[in-house]
Amino acid sequence: MAQMTMIQAITDALRTELRNDENVLVFGEDVGVNGGVFRATEGLQKEFGEDRVFDTPLAESGIGGLAIGLTTQGFRPVPEIQFFGFLYEVMDSVSGQMARWRYRTGGTFHAPITIRSPFGGGVHTPEMHADSLEGLMAQQPGLKVVIPSTPYDAKGLLISAIRDNDPVIFLEHMKLYRSFRQEVPEEEYTIPLGKADVKREGSDLTIIAYGAMVHDSLKAAEELEKEGHSVEVIDLRTVSPIDIDTIITSVEKTNRAIVVQEAQKQAGIAAHVVAEINDRAILSLEAPVLRVAAPDTVYPFSQAEPVWLPNHKDIIETAKKVLEF
Amino acid sequence: MASKTKKTQFDAVKTLENIESQFEMVQILNEKGEIVEDALVPDLSDEQLTELMRRMVYTRILDQRSISLNRQGRLGFYAPTAGQEASQLASQFALEKEDFILPGYRDVPQIIWHGLPLYQAFLFSRGHFVGNQIPEGVNVIPPQIIIGAQYVQAAGVALGMKKRGKKSVAVTYTGDGGSSQGDFYEGINFAGAYGAPAIFIVQNNQFAISTPRDKQTAATTIAQKAIAAGIPGVLVDGMDPLAVYSVVKEARDRAINGGGPTLIETLCYRYGPHTMAGDDPTRYRTSDTDSEWEKKDPLVRFRNYLVNKGIWNEEKENEVIEQAKEDIKVAIKKADETPKQKVTDLISNMYEELPNNLQEQYEIYKEKESK
Repeated sequence: MAQMTMIQAITDALRTELRNDENVLVFGEDVGVNGGVFRATEGLQKEFGEDRVFDTPLAESGIGGLAIGLTTQGFRPVPEIQFFGFLYEVMDSVSGQMARWRYRTGGTFHAPITIRSPFGGGVHTPEMHADSLEGLMAQQPGLKVVIPSTPYDAKGLLISAIRDNDPVIFLEHMKLYRSFRQEVPEEEYTIPLGKADVKREGSDLTIIAYGAMVHDSLKAAEELEKEGHSVEVIDLRTVSPIDIDTIITSVEKTNRAIVVQEAQKQAGIAAHVVAEINDRAILSLEAPVLRVAAPDTVYPFSQAEPVWLPNHKDIIETAKKVLEF
Repeated sequence: MASKTKKTQFDAVKTLENIESQFEMVQILNEKGEIVEDALVPDLSDEQLTELMRRMVYTRILDQRSISLNRQGRLGFYAPTAGQEASQLASQFALEKEDFILPGYRDVPQIIWHGLPLYQAFLFSRGHFVGNQIPEGVNVIPPQIIIGAQYVQAAGVALGMKKRGKKSVAVTYTGDGGSSQGDFYEGINFAGAYGAPAIFIVQNNQFAISTPRDKQTAATTIAQKAIAAGIPGVLVDGMDPLAVYSVVKEARDRAINGGGPTLIETLCYRYGPHTMAGDDPTRYRTSDTDSEWEKKDPLVRFRNYLVNKGIWNEEKENEVIEQAKEDIKVAIKKADETPKQKVTDLISNMYEELPNNLQEQYEIYKEKESK
């Protein structure tokens, strides 16, 4: 075991898969000699060579097309989109092409591609860096969307994502890259995609969260505990498909739930979680399922992040509404 | 502040003219079927020449029958190909089986001649997934509907081939309108930056639906856009099978020997509408232009060339026509006999392992389908 930050765990997962499978290719803008703008690919080109880990021209759509084309030659591409706000440039390659590759060829071809991309607020990035766009991806049949919140989850989920034979969007929250260390096994291990994790057990309320909001939810749970409320925190880990079994099992136990996301209320995936609970566990509910989300504006100018981004206080407030309904 | 514009030595207009003068059209056969460029005549045997003619005639019949079958409602989406036989088939004729074709939506003939069974091409037209189940060993993808996407993907196929050390190329096609897309530039630029073995073909058939070529760009040729990627660009008479074959063959030879990609503009014409979905070319094209381009018909000039060589005659041509009609009849029947699609089929084709939402929906539709 080693103490790792999430970014180190990601590098470790990439190294593991570059070693395990000669078809794995890591490429993107500045991921080679530079080791990535966040050092996620640090040292990989040196260890595996320019043939395996390489830079691309500055064009996201081209990167997406490159990944798709490489799959026809048996490669397992792990491209990087420098910031997920740049997704719009490569939306066709992702949603219009790779997500549909297996279906449109009736299984003749498939796209074992893992797109890594940083996102998330709280670190005062410039425009179009921090936007939470996982909701767009979650609406596209053919993709899986994974968002880890811990170093341990990041490594196991990224190895699973790379080994998956269908396209996976792997979103890395910038604020979590180096915010804390955690024990991470040095050997390889996997965490199944589509499986949530109960990060804290409780009996009065279920908080369903993902990304940076998992940590705000855990903080909120601690405070609520002090006031005598036992709170369960579920980390979705995969936001498409969501782990319905874990969610429903928890809600049937606690009878109350809130869904927490950093994205705007009209975006993200919280509405989908609420709908699934309503469909499947309405008779267990003592109160409506409420959402914690950002205001429905464009992502804030960086100085406005503290007043705009949802935080543990918002979670406590919403939790109390549900607990006291 | 200077009151007058300072005279400069730099002549930007001259620079442009110099560039344009470098893109003269390669032609080997003129409209009468006479060799006009002896030195460029490709090294093709009589058998190869007649095979190319056979394919062109066959494909002209395929176009006529497809239009007719579409009108009868026995085919769906169809983008006519008449007029582009030299551009489409002579280029494919220069390829080897191991080469990988990324076609646009009008480029069904190339993938048929590369190995896609005809009945599957018809199923593609109708909208059936079996049409896109490419047989093992046939190196093509289904026709690409998103104009330009095939270009960035071709750069990836070609880079993959280079990494595998293969002696093969990725070949992709778009139209004149497609050269305005971002993916067009990104595709040729990526392939150039990686020195990847790709051949990018722009079939300039003069119109993108109703929009004429000169509304796409002020560039006098599309071939010169290769300069932006720093790769060779060639303008070729797209109604001349020998010229198309020669430039593609040259690009292929160069690519497999590490020379990187080439952009080829084939100047051609589509006699029919853009697609069969209600496009009416009389709204934007004159009959004068149509007849001017009919004189340039690739079949007419190639037929004259081969007849003069004594290796083609009416009898041979009729044999091809009859064969094509028979094959088409058989293929349509086979398409008719293909089982209808079920929702469970569509679900099964989404992922290797179905996620929980689709597992659940699979059971629901399986139940519906069993009733």
